[in-house]
Amino acid sequence: MSEIRAHFALQLDGFELDASFIAPAVGVTALFGPSGSGKTTLLRCIAGLERATGMLSMNGEVWQDDTIFVPTHKRPLGFVFQEASLFPHLSVRVNLEYGYKRIPPASRRVQLDQVVEWLGLSRLIERGDPAKLSGGERQRVAIGRALLTSPRILLMDEPLSALDTTSKQEILPYLERLHRELEIPVLYVSHALDEVARLADHLVLLQQGRVIASGALGETLARLDLPTAHFDDAGVVIEAAVAQQDETYHLTRLDFAGGSLWVGKVKQPLGSRVRARVLARDVSIALRQSHGTSITNILAARIVEIRDEGSDKVMVRMTVGESYVLMSRITRRSRDLLGLTVGMEVFAQVKSVALMS
Amino acid sequence: MENILTSADLQAVWLTLRLASITTILLLLIATPLAWWLSHSRKWYKGPVSALVALPLVLPPTVLGFYLLLLMGPHGPVGELTKAMHLGALPFTFAGLVIGSVLFSLPFAVQPIQNAFESIGRRPLEVAATLRAGAWDRFYSVALPLARPGFYTAIILAFAHTVGEFGVVLMLGGNIPGETRVLSVAIYSHVEAVEYGAAHLLAGGMVLFSFIVLLSLYLAGGKLAKDVR
Repeated sequence: MSEIRAHFALQLDGFELDASFIAPAVGVTALFGPSGSGKTTLLRCIAGLERATGMLSMNGEVWQDDTIFVPTHKRPLGFVFQEASLFPHLSVRVNLEYGYKRIPPASRRVQLDQVVEWLGLSRLIERGDPAKLSGGERQRVAIGRALLTSPRILLMDEPLSALDTTSKQEILPYLERLHRELEIPVLYVSHALDEVARLADHLVLLQQGRVIASGALGETLARLDLPTAHFDDAGVVIEAAVAQQDETYHLTRLDFAGGSLWVGKVKQPLGSRVRARVLARDVSIALRQSHGTSITNILAARIVEIRDEGSDKVMVRMTVGESYVLMSRITRRSRDLLGLTVGMEVFAQVKSVALMS
Repeated sequence: MENILTSADLQAVWLTLRLASITTILLLLIATPLAWWLSHSRKWYKGPVSALVALPLVLPPTVLGFYLLLLMGPHGPVGELTKAMHLGALPFTFAGLVIGSVLFSLPFAVQPIQNAFESIGRRPLEVAATLRAGAWDRFYSVALPLARPGFYTAIILAFAHTVGEFGVVLMLGGNIPGETRVLSVAIYSHVEAVEYGAAHLLAGGMVLFSFIVLLSLYLAGGKLAKDVR
């Protein structure tokens, strides 16, 4: 029962939403799609801010069906809007406590001190007036304000997209921390693949008001039949463990189900879980394990799928180890020169690995 | 001063202030829900209602006064009703003046409040809804405080407009001392009787009073508007 089931149909001027998905009610589920794909509208339907026909159940509890429509203020959710939307007439503290005061004391599972500690808000509270905060700081307060309603689900509508790069970098660690420490599910709307790769566990892909795919993040990003495979920064996400620190060369070995990868030294202690991203454009393919190469990370792989991409490129999907997937974007000419076909044993040369956390 | 300004004049001053205060309070009670509805409704009849509310802006006050006189007079539908309720006819009474003033100044109260509600937009109210605030709670804790500058403007305009009203009063109320003889009518009577000294005192006093009221409200409004931010 621990899942979110949603189906919504809505006609807005010139736009039609007809979206259904089922997502696990744990971890972060990203609603991902280009602008105009209906992801924000879908999120607003889930919050009850938009009235669509359809149904919605949260862990078996019905929030909307043909006869029931639970109004927004009675849904135990937290919502973080694109712009922080702090109440300008209230101080930072009163903003934080706005929702907290409106839930019954018995259901206050999240306390002010906790949220202040999680999001580093103590100095912001002292400044008093929300207008004195930067964009990133305001968004942190907005997240705290939403969490203080002890929501059973947190809905976030592109919380980073209105921020500049610096503020984004400032706020991402907090989001990752929430992801690790918070036990409530999050629905996260985004059109930025790197954000999704960094934060999400589950992916719901939208296009023109419809859900075109839904699944675990790693598997879904590794599918060549989806538009995500054609992004410039298409690639796979690898969940790995810190396995060895090489002090001489300042490198760290990450072990994952498909093998090992060496990356620049990370701070995390041995054994801790990290998430890394290997972009398709950073993976090349060799027929033999060459030794005269500067590339450290070479993994034995088997080709499982090849798809044309545009007129000059192909996308190759390979498994490493038991079933782990890597993607490689190479030219069509290279494919023909190497004679690559499905089922071939090759070597994947990984030029760079981006550590996400 | 005693010999120029009669007790009847002072009575007119008092009556005017009473009329303007009561009118302003009633207008706030009527204009707030009306402005809220106008700023949020998507009904087809929102347009006609807006036009109706704005009508006193363009009509000569005498036209409004004339129709109110007919409506509330002993043979008008409202008059019949008030007679049936043993209230008598409303024209030439203070209550009649209040009704006329409220209608006459309605757009001056509705429009600033409506603009204020509209400029808040839906977002703060949606935020409040996601923070468990029900409809009334959202209205009191978010919409009202954010619309405060609009309310100050509405109060200033409604009050000042009522103090300066002449045409409706003359059509509807006449010139009964202590009942309907407000300042503007008193000044008019003094001028008619060539009592320019008394007219000067009242008129000049009114200029001074209006200026002080407006100034203090603007200053207070400006300060409060800053508090809001």
